[in-house]
Amino acid sequence: MINSFRKNFKGVAIEGITLFSALLIITIIIVMITVIFIGGKSQLSWEFLTSFPTEGMTKGGIFPAIYGTALLVIIMSIAAVPFGTITAIYLTEYAKESSFIAKTIRFAVRTLAVIPSIIYGLFGLGFFIKFVGTHVDSALYGGTLHWGQPNLLWASLTMALLTLPVVIVSVEEALKTVPQELRAASLALGATKWQTIRKVVLPESVSGIMTGTILAVSRGAGEVAPILFTGAAYYLATLPGLGDQFMVLGYHIYVLTTQSANVDQSLPIQFGTTCVLLMLTFVLNMSAVILRYRIRKKKNN
Amino acid sequence: MSENKIHTENMFLYYSEKMALNNISITIPEKKVTAFIGPSGCGKSTFLRSLNRMNDLIDGVRIDGKVMIDGVNIYDKNIDVVNLRKKVGMVFQKSNPFAKSIYENVAYGPKINGVNDKSHLDEIVETALKNAAIWEEVKDRLGDSALGLSGGQQQRLCIARTLAVNPEIVLMDEPASALDPLSTAKIEELIVQLKEKYTIVIVTHNMQQAARISDNTAFFYLGELIEHDKTKKIFTNPEKKQTEDYITGRFG
Repeated sequence: MINSFRKNFKGVAIEGITLFSALLIITIIIVMITVIFIGGKSQLSWEFLTSFPTEGMTKGGIFPAIYGTALLVIIMSIAAVPFGTITAIYLTEYAKESSFIAKTIRFAVRTLAVIPSIIYGLFGLGFFIKFVGTHVDSALYGGTLHWGQPNLLWASLTMALLTLPVVIVSVEEALKTVPQELRAASLALGATKWQTIRKVVLPESVSGIMTGTILAVSRGAGEVAPILFTGAAYYLATLPGLGDQFMVLGYHIYVLTTQSANVDQSLPIQFGTTCVLLMLTFVLNMSAVILRYRIRKKKNN
Repeated sequence: MSENKIHTENMFLYYSEKMALNNISITIPEKKVTAFIGPSGCGKSTFLRSLNRMNDLIDGVRIDGKVMIDGVNIYDKNIDVVNLRKKVGMVFQKSNPFAKSIYENVAYGPKINGVNDKSHLDEIVETALKNAAIWEEVKDRLGDSALGLSGGQQQRLCIARTLAVNPEIVLMDEPASALDPLSTAKIEELIVQLKEKYTIVIVTHNMQQAARISDNTAFFYLGELIEHDKTKKIFTNPEKKQTEDYITGRFG
């Protein structure tokens, strides 16, 4: 009698603890999103999204940060997606699974993926700005400072390095979902390997490549550390070009929270900016999830 | 036998160190249907795939001996595999249409071979679909996805796709094994028609099928070619005891 009561109690207790942990996570997410939305709701307006900060960033909008984030992820994608796709093509279509070079590349990709993002920032500073930038300046501008300083280009390329593993892995996965039989069919029709890749494998995996791109973009949009040293600016009165520093959403939140002249006054803007960043990454991730779901469905058919 | 199309001499095939084909010498006549039969793992599919060098795609495959098509050894160094595969088409066990329209599936081969003229392509597609006995079923929906066709239609589409490249030889690796009896009958009927223009080599597990459609039959067992003769002779009066045991269902 007592024994069975104990057993029951133990069973109920374990279920309770696991359920509690699960609920805790949901609660945290709900609280976080609710707080951010309640705080930021009043800020969200067309004007907030389209105007410059004013009065020492205690009023006005966040347009330059949105603009900078958009440019950053676009340039980053232009660099990371083709490069990552080509690497993934090499790994799935050309390299032999067990070959030394394929193993080495896979190891490098895994390692890249776990390097803390601040290290990427330091690498970007050391490599792109101090090394590449300085050499470009001395070669083309007689040593005057143009490219040897933080700017949008170097920040985007640093971010591209950070997101490269994401792109490679998801494109590789997408290419692997293309059945071998289709490659065989194409080759048996007298297609070359490259024709097979270009006309059969890539079209079949295009949505997977899109998924990879979106995941990379959403990762890039939210990261701050890699661009701290390589291009992010505190405040700018004009919109940036490739060679300029730029404002960006993630860094803007940090600046408003810690560096603002009046933190309390800028609080609504902090909430508003956080809201925008959150929605941006949410929408991006959702579209990646939907695309991936559609690929799985197609694959199962 | 009419003119020799394919001829192998003392051909061996190894997967790494394991011998998969042992000393195959065979002559396959032009514009006939030749069936390869034998139990699973006997090497018949491996042999078929070595006739258009699809085995090249597998790591560690090595081939010794001669594989001649029209008197040329297809494993010579100066042979262009891409051209070889245009001449020696292949239909696979599982129908494998591309996720493209019916039209684009058939036009794929001609297009990669540089045919771009729309009316010329239309003509090739129509002829190929007619030759594969599927034109009547799909002529009004050429733009639809090929994946919407039934299994049997997909397989005939794959045959049309192969024919569109205008091969001389069509290799078929158990083309009807995944199909229902009605679709199988259509494919068999089609194969018999195709031999007017093409040399057909077909691997099949189905001995009745081999008996129905082939002119010659080759029996493979454990990587060796046991017997190769007129189909009628193989099925009524085989020379070798192993052949007789297999076709009478005593093993395999």
